[in-house]
Amino acid sequence: MKMFITSGSRKRKLLIFAFWLIIWQAASMVIHNSIVFVGPAEVLNSLWNLLPTQEFWLSIAYSFLKISLGFLSAFLIGILLGCISFRIPILRELLEPLILLCKAVPVASFVILALIVIGSKNLSILISFIIVLPVIFTNTLTGLENTDPKLLEMAQVFRMTPWKRMRYLYWPTLSNQLSSGCKVALGMSWKSGIAAEVIGVPAFSIGEKLYMAKIYLNTADLFAWTVVILLLSALFEWLFLRLFRKIR
Amino acid sequence: MNIQLKNICKSYEHKQVLENLSLTFASGQSYCITAPSGTGKTTLFRLLLDLEKPDSGSIQYSEPPRFGVVFQEDRLCKDLDAVSNVMLVSEKSLNREAVVKELNRLLPDDSLGQPVSQFSGGMKRKTAICRALLAESNVVIMDEPFTGLDEVSKHHAIDMIKEKTKNKIFIFSSHNPKDLKSLDAVHIELEFINNFIDSKHKKRP
Repeated sequence: MKMFITSGSRKRKLLIFAFWLIIWQAASMVIHNSIVFVGPAEVLNSLWNLLPTQEFWLSIAYSFLKISLGFLSAFLIGILLGCISFRIPILRELLEPLILLCKAVPVASFVILALIVIGSKNLSILISFIIVLPVIFTNTLTGLENTDPKLLEMAQVFRMTPWKRMRYLYWPTLSNQLSSGCKVALGMSWKSGIAAEVIGVPAFSIGEKLYMAKIYLNTADLFAWTVVILLLSALFEWLFLRLFRKIR
Repeated sequence: MNIQLKNICKSYEHKQVLENLSLTFASGQSYCITAPSGTGKTTLFRLLLDLEKPDSGSIQYSEPPRFGVVFQEDRLCKDLDAVSNVMLVSEKSLNREAVVKELNRLLPDDSLGQPVSQFSGGMKRKTAICRALLAESNVVIMDEPFTGLDEVSKHHAIDMIKEKTKNKIFIFSSHNPKDLKSLDAVHIELEFINNFIDSKHKKRP
């Protein structure tokens, strides 16, 4: 019965997807201008032409590696800083304005500053790092703070070791908080990383390809690369959350 | 060992909860604390456990205390099973089979692998009791340990408590006068204004 409902709702989703695909195609046929708007058929065609080129795969590989490297290092360092700040309140007070600043400053300002300082090659690593770090830091602190004080009293009375407290009392709430924080941060790291590449235009990057699409008014390529970015970000999210759940 | 409380006073936001309370607890004896609700029973436990400090007065332990505790709430790790909950607070020397064997006295065998979040209230309480009894301790404190237990379970729990707290200080609270008898406990009654009445001082046979 349950299976039936799920497969039914899946079918429904597929139909809704097809509906919008048809609208999209119809709109492009009405507008009939491949610079202003392109339909799914042209996007698919453009993607098909990109697939056999070496540059396509190299760009994907570099962008993917850089953005995920930025994300992962921010993830680890964010947790570490969050944990230390939880133990040492003065450090937390010191870091909080920095974290607020990171959240408030527009990505573009960071990108341009970073471009001047470190150049375009590793720009997307730094930018996705800067965008993700505050999210993970804040979520780590929230997770640690939300740990049940009654359980912590229990641990104190029974003299549980610090390792056991971390693993069995703090970690369950922390990892819950982190996995919801990650879902937000993962999407943000991709959007900001690609935006940084568009501004910095490093060789062999997805951002560079988007930039080229702009120069040549190649809207089909722009759409094709956008599809690629969506797929990559979904793939990374899936991989990461799967890995994270394993660790938990 | 023994614990001596001298002239303990404790108040919260101008409400006096304990006033000049002096008590002595000694190993090998059970103590049952009764009090109208909201009159400092739980506060007394928290002071003993060093979770709070008295406003004045002193608590002296003749040797370093180690506690096994059942709190007013169960305070279990809900994602872990009963065995892991017990092992979390016990010494390394206590292996899994030994814990299973002890838990089996109060809980059905097939429940031990389930996370305690799936337990009924009574089963959670029994897990908490086992945890308090199996942790290494010389003082065992239980705040209303028998809430939610049926008569049969309670009987088993009392047997286990008697056996495990034989040479320890055992302090518990209860609303039921029968518990006092079945655990051969000294009755300590906290009054509303918190002068205590120490009655029926009888030793365990």
